[in-house]
Amino acid sequence: MAATTVPENTTSHAGRPPRAAGGAVRTGRGRKVRHNLQAHGFLIGAVLCFLTFSWYPMVREFIMSFQEKRRGVTSWVGFRNIDRVYHDPYFWTAWKNTAEFTLYALVIGFVVPFAVAIILNELRHAQAYLRILVYLPVMLPPVAGVLLFKYFYNPDYGLFNHVLKTLHLPTSQWLDSSHTAMISVVVAATWMSMGSATLIYLAALQNIPGELYEAADLDGAGLWSKIWHVTIPQTRLVLSMMLLLQIVATMQEFTNVYLLTGGNGPENSTMTVVYMVYQYAFSYNNFGSAAALGLFLLLVLGAFSGVYARLSRNAD
Amino acid sequence: MAASFTPQNRTLISPASLNRPKGRLIYRIVLTAVIVVFTVVFLGPLYWMVTGGFKSASEVVANPPTYFPHHPKPGNYHTAWSELKIARLLFNTLYYAFGALAFQLVFDVAAAYAISKLRPVLGKLILGAMLATLMIPATVLIVPQYMTVLDLPVLHVNLIGTPWAIWLPTVANGFNIFLLKRFFDSIPEDLMHAAAIDGASPLRTLWSIVLPMSRPILGVVSIFAVVNVWKDFLWPMLVEPDPQKQPINIGIRSLSQGVPENVLIAALAISAVPTLLIFLLFQRNIMSGLTAGSLKG
Repeated sequence: MAATTVPENTTSHAGRPPRAAGGAVRTGRGRKVRHNLQAHGFLIGAVLCFLTFSWYPMVREFIMSFQEKRRGVTSWVGFRNIDRVYHDPYFWTAWKNTAEFTLYALVIGFVVPFAVAIILNELRHAQAYLRILVYLPVMLPPVAGVLLFKYFYNPDYGLFNHVLKTLHLPTSQWLDSSHTAMISVVVAATWMSMGSATLIYLAALQNIPGELYEAADLDGAGLWSKIWHVTIPQTRLVLSMMLLLQIVATMQEFTNVYLLTGGNGPENSTMTVVYMVYQYAFSYNNFGSAAALGLFLLLVLGAFSGVYARLSRNAD
Repeated sequence: MAASFTPQNRTLISPASLNRPKGRLIYRIVLTAVIVVFTVVFLGPLYWMVTGGFKSASEVVANPPTYFPHHPKPGNYHTAWSELKIARLLFNTLYYAFGALAFQLVFDVAAAYAISKLRPVLGKLILGAMLATLMIPATVLIVPQYMTVLDLPVLHVNLIGTPWAIWLPTVANGFNIFLLKRFFDSIPEDLMHAAAIDGASPLRTLWSIVLPMSRPILGVVSIFAVVNVWKDFLWPMLVEPDPQKQPINIGIRSLSQGVPENVLIAALAISAVPTLLIFLLFQRNIMSGLTAGSLKG
């Protein structure tokens, strides 16, 4: 297991001259050119793919936002696309729903895996079994997990309402009510994805030096105060990085809402920003406005990604 | 990072308090509760899925639901297999996943090797541009990417409906480049020099020295490559409109509309088998690869 980690004591090459394998023994202009050509030969496949499917689309995203295509003719329209999506009656609905999804996903999807990791870390038995269980849903094809939950959520014959009824609790309309649709999506999404976060937290917990807990014991610290003063500070970096990753990922929510509620949901209660982008592009064929809405998303998520990059550089 | 899980080091609860009779009792209770709750929460839905596939059309929507199928109908699985053409969908998914894996291994390994060991002019700049793509949320690029695939620049080829539309974009993965480059950086430069003195070409050095040493990271990259294709939804839905060519996620969803609930659930159960099998066989590698890959960043 330890074999998968990158070997430690990574030497920095800063001090070495920039030459290496293959033909850098003798120098000379011809050899250098040949070496460079060879090296770029190794790079060409990846560079072409990045160029076509990443760098160029990035530039195109900006260009498209200011263009419109009518009857096959593309023309510049300035800020018209941006203006259109901004004044779309559902613009703020979509942002509100996205924020709501992200918030629920944080409350449930951030706290639950951490708590589960803490519990798993304390248990001395059945560790492998429990870890496999938590990770099992991650390996399901999303369509299987999502459609299964859709079946459970059915208000008439679903399992969840049956369990609630058996426990004499009030039943719910789940996905069919605008009040509970979003939270139902989050619960299903968390069930399917919490395994990865749990295992990552577990690895972080195992790196906490045991002496810290011993010292806390000597100071007479209780369970909660040990969690608060040792566990959380010791895993702070991992926690904050996962938090940012999760915000960026959940703000791009599409698959779960699309499969569970068809995208809009009751009274547009599950319409997310990415679903709105999808609608502009593939339902209304308005690629310019779709790109313009994408720019808004890029702006918001770019901020979070920036903080994440900062943090992970510090981590290294 | 992916430290071995087995020997317990000191954690929240002190060993001393665990050894007291009261501590031992509480531990037993918590352990049992956790095992029961986890089994119900994570295995329960899967049990419901498998048994649901055996229920009759009326039993599967019965209220209250039944815990065991009264008259098991294995025929549902047969119907699902033949009518929803699950074999076809699974084959498509495997085809896309392993094709994507092959392209990523060849192109991304070569690129990371060149950047890390051959260090050509502009290598740093190219690396920076590749890593910068990590900052761009994937869904933002979906629309311009789709337009690009619809009409490839310069070549003017339409890739929609071909496997290339799934394979090639997966190569543009900054995370792969990052993981591979960092691993290659850790391979001692002396080995490279020794190989060069022996007259080995860069390709030969990559093949005979670098790759054999890089098995762990190649494993991580491979797992991510396959799992990403297996889990992807929006992109394959856009670029593979032909039901004959769709991967399992999209295929089942588009065929699910006109199918009785019990057959659909049987189909879901079948679709879950391959990945669950792979997971149970390789769970050690997969779970440690996950922690190694995600947090080293």
